[in-house]
Amino acid sequence: MHLNDPAFWRAGAISTVAIMSVVLIMLTIDSLAAISPGGSNVPLYTVINQHIDYKFDEKRGNDVPVIGGPEPLFGKAVDAAAAEALIDKGKMVIQSRACIDCHTFFGNGAYYAPDLTKAWLDPAWETWQAITGAATREDAMVKFLMNPETNRISTRAMPNLGITQQEAEAVVAYLKWMAAVDTNGFPPNFGHMQSKQ
Amino acid sequence: MYRSQQLALKYLTAAVALFGIMTVAGVISAYYYINPDFLFGILHFNIAKILHIDTMIIWLLMGFMGAIYWFLPEEFGRELVGIRLAEILFYVFCAAVAVVAVVFITVQYGNSNEIALWFINQGRKYVEAPRWAAIGVVVVMAVFAYNVLGTAYVTGKVTGITAVLMIDLVPLLVLYLDAFPAISNMSADLFWWWWLVHLWVEATWEVLIGCIMAWTLMQLLGTSRRIVELWLYIEVALVLGTGILGLGHHYFWIGTPNYWLTIGGLFSALEPLPLLGMVIHAVYDAGTHHMKTTNRPAFYWMLAEAFGNFLGGGVWGFMITLPQVNLYAHGTQWTVSHGHFAFWGAYACGVLSVFYLVIQKLRGLAYLEGTLWKWSFAALNLGLVGMVGALLVSGFAQAFVERAIGGSTHEAFMLGQENHWFVEGMITRFIFGLVFAAGYVALVWDLLTIGKRTPVLTAAGVAGAAE
Repeated sequence: MHLNDPAFWRAGAISTVAIMSVVLIMLTIDSLAAISPGGSNVPLYTVINQHIDYKFDEKRGNDVPVIGGPEPLFGKAVDAAAAEALIDKGKMVIQSRACIDCHTFFGNGAYYAPDLTKAWLDPAWETWQAITGAATREDAMVKFLMNPETNRISTRAMPNLGITQQEAEAVVAYLKWMAAVDTNGFPPNFGHMQSKQ
Repeated sequence: MYRSQQLALKYLTAAVALFGIMTVAGVISAYYYINPDFLFGILHFNIAKILHIDTMIIWLLMGFMGAIYWFLPEEFGRELVGIRLAEILFYVFCAAVAVVAVVFITVQYGNSNEIALWFINQGRKYVEAPRWAAIGVVVVMAVFAYNVLGTAYVTGKVTGITAVLMIDLVPLLVLYLDAFPAISNMSADLFWWWWLVHLWVEATWEVLIGCIMAWTLMQLLGTSRRIVELWLYIEVALVLGTGILGLGHHYFWIGTPNYWLTIGGLFSALEPLPLLGMVIHAVYDAGTHHMKTTNRPAFYWMLAEAFGNFLGGGVWGFMITLPQVNLYAHGTQWTVSHGHFAFWGAYACGVLSVFYLVIQKLRGLAYLEGTLWKWSFAALNLGLVGMVGALLVSGFAQAFVERAIGGSTHEAFMLGQENHWFVEGMITRFIFGLVFAAGYVALVWDLLTIGKRTPVLTAAGVAGAAE
């Protein structure tokens, strides 16, 4: 069998694809366990009842989410079923408004609007809190999402997508949960520039 | 002409039309970066973007199907099985695309319920088409698979190229089923979404275009079947050998374990190898034929395919594929630069080559040559490379300012977007987008008229081709 014999490369193609597919399936099984809620990298949905931060980890060499003590969303702790319902609703809002075709999630999307991976922790909400007169960060987020065009703080405004109060609260819950996902340090240095000022 | 080839002409015509809509939507999308208040409250960036990327997927898919419907009856030596059904579904496919586009433009959004996902917008990048339309795509692909597999079964004739094609149709169909779920967990959602986007578009499509280019080479340069099949097997081995685990470069930051940083980085770094092989093959073929061919437009687009695939997919992809770079380049215009170059080089140029090959056969021309195709070729490639270069400059600025220095907050994002290098890159991208659009107009005019305008079978042409 020679290198210029098609049969050699046909056998090579079949065996290569078979081996790589088996390895991918094995890694997929392991990864799905890690990224299921409560797995090693993705928190349970009830993490929305906790304080969440994003700090540099010396041992790992990158930023990691840090789950703190109780900090119920909208001042009210929710059980597992209610948390899951909120997350389900939040994702449905995100899909129905095609948010990913302007924003990015974990860096995936359309790059026209800010990445939302750690949006829950964004220092900009302090500005929006002042503009909207909201008592808390989550209240400011809800007010912004319901009327983004009248609460613009930059040259690129978000349009009004007809998001209701209930839908906005679900999106806020979603963003809080997502900020607690371990993303191997993406985005790097989040919020460090502001914290040094 | 076989009925299958008549159907091919319809698919290729629809592909050209959607290529135009993609271009217009792309120019509009580019303009939002220069004037963010453009059509504010009427038609937002995300709808223009959806029209841009979804028509890109559909025109390329229709281009592939047109090419395969064209070559396949010649390969099998008979009409395709189930051709009547395929003819009906072509019109259903076109009508569905039109309805989806109208709904995107007029309705735009639904409420947060299943109705929105079934009838308005699924809101997952590249698979925004509502579920009913996605089911339609599955049906069209299933009938396409039936045409191929049924004909192979009836004739009992399976060549190396058709064998690769038939095997490739299985993942092409199965992976598209990932266009339906709405998984709440974003990590899991993106995990499977990449099976669709990477393994469908970047693996099964690479094999599809490999089959199409194999037939094109045989017809265009008279390359022997043994040689093209040898290279097709090598391509499949290398593309899928590196690309299946190369999927891992999309699993760096979505919540997946950190072993993907090593696996994805390593295998995706090897992904340029088969693309380099294609360039070597194309240069070798062109050299052995002394750049002589009976169809120069098709020949040059095929060369553009080989070089574009290597540069856009291979080199531009390699630039951002190592996790140490990707941490900062991910989700910036740097990625967009790679995306434009890769889709153009890997797929669009190949489909354009088929357009000219089919035109030559359709008009019964011994030689296909002219002047306008050169202007179109130059404007489209100059426009595309100009856009890619401009996006790269914007992407560098964004990676440094927003990601590395700013830390990707809202404020850092806006600082990046307002950085003068970023802004200048976006203006330049828009200008080259207009150049690209002009190239498209020239392309359409050329496809409609080449071989009709002027006598193409000149004495000089014959003498030159005979040398």
